[in-house]
Parts: sequence; structure tokens; C-alpha cells
Amino acid sequence: MVIEAMSEEAVDRIFHALADATRRDIVARTMVGGRSVSALASHYAMSFPAVHKHIAVLERAGLVTKERDGREQVVRARVEEVRRASRLLDELAGLWVARLDRLGEVVAEPQEGEGS
Amino acid sequence: MTVVDVRKDLGAATLTFVAEFDAPPERVWKVWADPRQLERWWGPPTWPATYTEHDFTEGGTSRYHMTGPDGTRAHGWLRFSAIDPPNSLELTDGFADETGANNPELPTSTMRATFESVGDGTRMTLVATYPSSEAMRMVLDMGMEEGMKGALGQVDAVLAG
Repeated sequence: MVIEAMSEEAVDRIFHALADATRRDIVARTMVGGRSVSALASHYAMSFPAVHKHIAVLERAGLVTKERDGREQVVRARVEEVRRASRLLDELAGLWVARLDRLGEVVAEPQEGEGS
Repeated sequence: MTVVDVRKDLGAATLTFVAEFDAPPERVWKVWADPRQLERWWGPPTWPATYTEHDFTEGGTSRYHMTGPDGTRAHGWLRFSAIDPPNSLELTDGFADETGANNPELPTSTMRATFESVGDGTRMTLVATYPSSEAMRMVLDMGMEEGMKGALGQVDAVLAG
């Protein structure tokens, strides 16, 4: 299974990193291409160091990379890592869909005392 | 098809399902309230569930085990934090040791189901929340992979739609 390839701590870092709205926004903005830290910071009503901290959390979770490009630091989402976390939830969703399909089959059966 | 929508929220580690049934909410409620009906859908065919206790009241507890192909038993419990028939229910789902006693070391998950009348049928919205990846992995590891193989292609189609 896909999730076996990932350690538990790695997955928890990813979910912790994505539990914050600003960090989710940073990932979304850097999915399509690199954004400089200063360009990202302009979107949020918080100090530059605070934005840096969020980016550091995402980096530790492996969800983004930060590279120097001239005078700028450019942040890019690691699309494959974001997908891996997403797949863990997909597998749980698969389990639930199967369970709810069974629930639907039980609902559809005639009830005792109603005849058949 | 029963499930009409699946939404996943990666940030909140939450899954939301919308399912529709051709039966009124009172009928759908029974598959939760009656342990003999509940155990028929709770576990996959390869790991059928047996409910040994089902106190379907607010604050009540249910105990069950699922039996694997080799006879292995996986024990679990449910605690109902809200019951409003036939409109909504909320529960915590946890694991137990081999005697059926709650194991506080193991992660729990929560789910909330709401039932609405839609024409002659019912729309059920179910929200499942997992507090950590450990909770997710426990659920996935509990011998359930077998039962979901067929559903995976299906959910891919749903998520892609």
C-alpha cells in the first residue's frame, strides 16, 4: 500500500503543516510555480518573520522547498508529497464508500413484518 | 449508487460523505439503531462485525469485534455523544484490547451523521474526523484492506468527478 512507504511521523508532520489556513494557502499558491518569500508575505496580514516560520514548518514536513534565486528566496510546493498525504485520506474514503454501499443494501431489504 | 459525494479536507483530516437512499429517515435510522442490522454493514465481508453490546442512547456504549479470515478478532467500541432520532447522531469510534476493554493508548476517531428527508428518500451526510495519521493507519490496518479493494476504483471516480 502507498501509505506503507511513509513513516508515521512524516505523515503527522504533513497533516500538522496543513492544519493551518495560511500554510494551506502557501502550498496552494506555490503548486503552480515558485513564489518569492516577499511576494508570498504580501498576501498575509502578519510579519515577515511569521510568514518565514510558516514556510519553515512546510519545509520540515517536506511539502515545499526553498531555494535562493539571486536576492530572492523562492518557495515551491512538492506536488508529489502533497499527493501522498492526500492518498492516505483516499484510502480511508474507499473504506467508507464500501461501508456505506453495504449500509445502502441493508436499507433496501424488506423489513421483518412487511412481507417480501 | 449509494454514495453521491465524497469530500476530503486534508487540512482538517476530515472526510465528508453524502449518501442517498430510497427509504425514509426512520428506516435508515434503524440500520444504526438495530445491532443485527448495524453489524451487517459495519465490517467488510472478509471481517464481519459482531455487536455484543449496543446501548444506542446518548452517553451509551457499544462493543463489537470483527472476525478475520483466520479467526483473528479485532475489538472496538463506540460511544454515542449525541442521539436525536431520526435526525442526527454523533459517536466516538475506538479500539479495544482482546478482552474488549477500552485501550486508552489507541487513537479514536469521531463521526457525525445527519439524516434529511428528500422526497420519499433520505440524504445522509456523514463526517468522519481523524485526529492523527496513527488513527487513520489503525483503521486501515484493521484488516479492512480486503473489503475496500473493489471500492477504490469507485472512489477514484468520485474524487475525480
